[in-house]
Amino acid sequence: MNSLFGDRKYIIGGIFLIACIAFIVRIFYMQVIDETLKLDASNETFRHITQYPPRGCIYDRKGRLLVTNEAAYDILVTPSLVKDIDTNSFCTDLGISKPDFISGIKKATIQNTAYHASVFMKEVTPEIYAVLQEKLYKYHGFTSQIRTVRRYPMKVAPHILGYINEVNKELCARNPNYKEGDYIGVSGIEESYESDLRGTKGVKIMMFDAMNKEVGDYKEGKYDTLPLTGANLTCTIDAELQEYGEQLMQNKAGSIVAIDPETGEILALVSSPFYDPNMMVGSVRAKNYGKLLHDSINVPLFNRALMAMYPPGSTFKTIEALIGQQEGVLNENTAFSCPGAFHLGKISVGCDAAHGTLQLEKAIALSCNTYFCNVFMSIMNNKKYSSTEEAFNSWRRYVTSFGIGIRPDIDLPSALRGSLPTQKYYDKYHGRGHWKGATIISLAIGQGELGVTPLQLANQAAIIGNRGYYFLPHIVKSIGDKPTIKKYATKHFVPIDAKYFDIVADGMCDVVNDGTAAASKIPGIIMCGKTGTAQNPNGRNNSLFIAFASKDHPRIAVSVVIERGGWGAEWAAPIASLMIEKYLNDTIKRKDIEKKMLDGNTIQYLADEKNNQKKKKTKTTEKKVATIKKHKHKNE
Amino acid sequence: MSERRANIIPHIDWFAIGIYLMIALIGWLNIYSADYKTAHPGILDFSQRYGKQFIWIITGFIMAFFIMVSEASFFSVFSYLLYGTTIFALIAVRFIGKDIAGSHSWFKIGQIGIQPAELGIFAINLGLAKYLSNEKKAADVKKIRLVAAGMVLFPMLLIVLQNETGVAITYTAFIFVLYREGLSGNILLGGFMLIALFILALVGNKIVLSIVLTGLALAAFLIFTRRKIKDLSRVGAILGLCLAIVFGTNYAFNHLEPHQKKRIQVFLQQNVNNSKEGYNLHQAEIAIASGGLWGKGFLQGTQAKLNYVPAHATDFIYVTPAEEWGFIGATFIIILYFTLIIRLIFLAERQRSPFSRIYGYGVASIFFIHVAINIGMNLGLMPVIGIPLPFISYGGSSFWAFTLLLFIFLRLDADRMQILR
Repeated sequence: MNSLFGDRKYIIGGIFLIACIAFIVRIFYMQVIDETLKLDASNETFRHITQYPPRGCIYDRKGRLLVTNEAAYDILVTPSLVKDIDTNSFCTDLGISKPDFISGIKKATIQNTAYHASVFMKEVTPEIYAVLQEKLYKYHGFTSQIRTVRRYPMKVAPHILGYINEVNKELCARNPNYKEGDYIGVSGIEESYESDLRGTKGVKIMMFDAMNKEVGDYKEGKYDTLPLTGANLTCTIDAELQEYGEQLMQNKAGSIVAIDPETGEILALVSSPFYDPNMMVGSVRAKNYGKLLHDSINVPLFNRALMAMYPPGSTFKTIEALIGQQEGVLNENTAFSCPGAFHLGKISVGCDAAHGTLQLEKAIALSCNTYFCNVFMSIMNNKKYSSTEEAFNSWRRYVTSFGIGIRPDIDLPSALRGSLPTQKYYDKYHGRGHWKGATIISLAIGQGELGVTPLQLANQAAIIGNRGYYFLPHIVKSIGDKPTIKKYATKHFVPIDAKYFDIVADGMCDVVNDGTAAASKIPGIIMCGKTGTAQNPNGRNNSLFIAFASKDHPRIAVSVVIERGGWGAEWAAPIASLMIEKYLNDTIKRKDIEKKMLDGNTIQYLADEKNNQKKKKTKTTEKKVATIKKHKHKNE
Repeated sequence: MSERRANIIPHIDWFAIGIYLMIALIGWLNIYSADYKTAHPGILDFSQRYGKQFIWIITGFIMAFFIMVSEASFFSVFSYLLYGTTIFALIAVRFIGKDIAGSHSWFKIGQIGIQPAELGIFAINLGLAKYLSNEKKAADVKKIRLVAAGMVLFPMLLIVLQNETGVAITYTAFIFVLYREGLSGNILLGGFMLIALFILALVGNKIVLSIVLTGLALAAFLIFTRRKIKDLSRVGAILGLCLAIVFGTNYAFNHLEPHQKKRIQVFLQQNVNNSKEGYNLHQAEIAIASGGLWGKGFLQGTQAKLNYVPAHATDFIYVTPAEEWGFIGATFIIILYFTLIIRLIFLAERQRSPFSRIYGYGVASIFFIHVAINIGMNLGLMPVIGIPLPFISYGGSSFWAFTLLLFIFLRLDADRMQILR
């Protein structure tokens, strides 16, 4: 048989060889040629876990911590693993009810299946977590994940600092830097310096087994990238001054803006009513946000310092005086007589008193309406220009150079431009050629269609203090180790010669010494100021004051607006003087004025007025809320 | 006695033993890697599978040693007795065996499980070799064929009754032995055709298949026969059988066990859900593919180790070397097996005694069928059938069975000079 069928060994060997070759070809195809299956392996085994960098901290100009990070804990649940746990004690520890517990687990199951961990409760405070942590091993299926939340040790400047919020889906789709669950600054510095503060996320490659259990780092973390902490910011705010400003502004609606004229750095920016920034953190945020957003009387989320628009009133007379001089229709000796009102044809503008004949310096000190109506008429009827329109446009260019009517280039989101009417506007309103200087005489005393924000007012004070130039007001001094941004170190000049400023400064000095705001004189400090009492058709006048000090070497320029505060000298001027005294002297000697201001309550007038209007459904507050909302939508 | 033993050593085929040792070492390393966790670094941790496998390997070596020092004639003399004992064990296990995963095929002795279907294959091989070598001069070829077929089919039937269809399938290895000893090549060819027809009937259109088959039959009748009535009836009978298979396939398929049906569907990629019935194969393929050309390196695999691949130390052990050593390692293992099998055929062919030769062919064929089915299913070339990869898969029973099988032949081979022609 051996010899008979001996050749069959070749056939058998051949069959075996064919199988062997077939296998090798198949393996070669699977391992070397076909790429489709390879991705599957890394997809199911490796998870790229994002390592969140701590957000940068924010300090004030003197190195005081304004915003820092604090640990918070997300409690995660894997519903399929929740077995034999003491539900009662768990609910007690977390401070929730049993129905909350059941619905929470249901929600997690729907959201991410029963076999994957999903968030059960967000941002639990360290206090609650401390209790829970010890027993967490007994609560099968529950794990924790550390996150950082913002903390505001000084509880000041909510509008400046802003807050952070979870990004929404649309942004995630648009911007690859963000994934769902990430935080993003949505207002204030948090928004405008988002890219500096957020840092760079790291990636940790973890391996997971078939039961979705984490089994450790891939190659001891060789391919991981470390998260880079966000840059720390130093802002220009003097936290102590800011805090003092907020104290002064309690129970008042309005704002304070203080600028260092030598640099354009914003020293304080108070918008009142304000709130404790810690309210917008962690698990309480959603509730508080709704509450603040729907407070239509106080609109605390509305940053009045940058967004509210007020007629500047008599503070505008300083600009008027400067334009008049530059245009050559006014000098320090120009005299007009005031019979107690300005009359021109059918138009008359009242004055507080019959000032008699006065010159420029005195007119500023006493804030004479008649004088400045005459100045305005001189500007409008200037022989230099062939028409009122041309004179108006020239006037308008000067006003614009003070930053009025243009959006400030500030490193905070949502600053508004105010309102400065154009020729087109008057042409439309009155008809082309049908308006003259007298038609728009309200502009002479800062009324009418004119609207400025407190930030623009403060910058105006800084320009006068500097005798004709300013730096762009800004809020951040340095990012990490990098010094100020270049554009904030550039001088901007107004087209008015420096020599014309002295007489205005003299007048403003008189305002405080023996003029309209004599009560706000600070012993030992030469302050220059200008009151403004802006008419308000709905109720009490708005009280305004701009100031800088000291006169010849200004280190601080301030604007104060107190809504429904009445006379400029009544609330705005004393508050401005206290801010200046605080900043320059560090201590307040005029305790009586301080006490009066601290105790003062003007918000009641606003509240009364709003309540009356509520029935009429005026648009103002709604507009404000809408502005905030619109703004938020833009960012989120 | 000692004089004779000394004579044997140079006749031992150290080449085959060398390959055996290499495969066993590769096997252990891969079980170690498949179960490797940093928490259990001890190589001889007997609570771990690699620790246990170490014991199986060492006891396997001891068993091999005793086979080599035993009398070669023992296996020939006691072959029928061993065959009978195995048949008895296969029947007995039905009644006193442990029920593991729905099959009554294991004897439990303490911690150790013995599966007679797996362990006894050497005895079936011995019995068959003995019968065929004794009866070679007998005139009644038909009777020899019937008895030989029965000697294989009877234990197969017993194993199928134990619900161990996979192990029973490995007994088809003996068809190569029978072919080598004179079985008509047509039967071997017919067997392959049958499988091909079965698959085609499941995958393809039955009407088209029938037309093609009828055309082929007609062509065969016209070209290869003398076109007599006798030829026509013969061709017609074969065609009838083929058509019966084509149309009977569905009936047979529907009468398979559900899991067997699923496995065939997975193999044929019909209605496969990769997270259900297709999971095993899909994960194995993913893991093998992830190895690439050079692999991820020893202990660096992820898919098998992290339990994505089920049974990664037993039926799907091949995944681990393919993942960690890549195409290079996976091919090396196949070449090692191929070399061993071809070496065994070479050794079988040099035997003077038909008994040794037949037994040797049996060993080579059994190895071939195990390697082909196991690696084939890992690669998606075969339906999933739960049988071990020789010397590599975890498990004492299979390691001992293959060692026994191999070393009896090596002992017979070492004795080949003693046998007179």
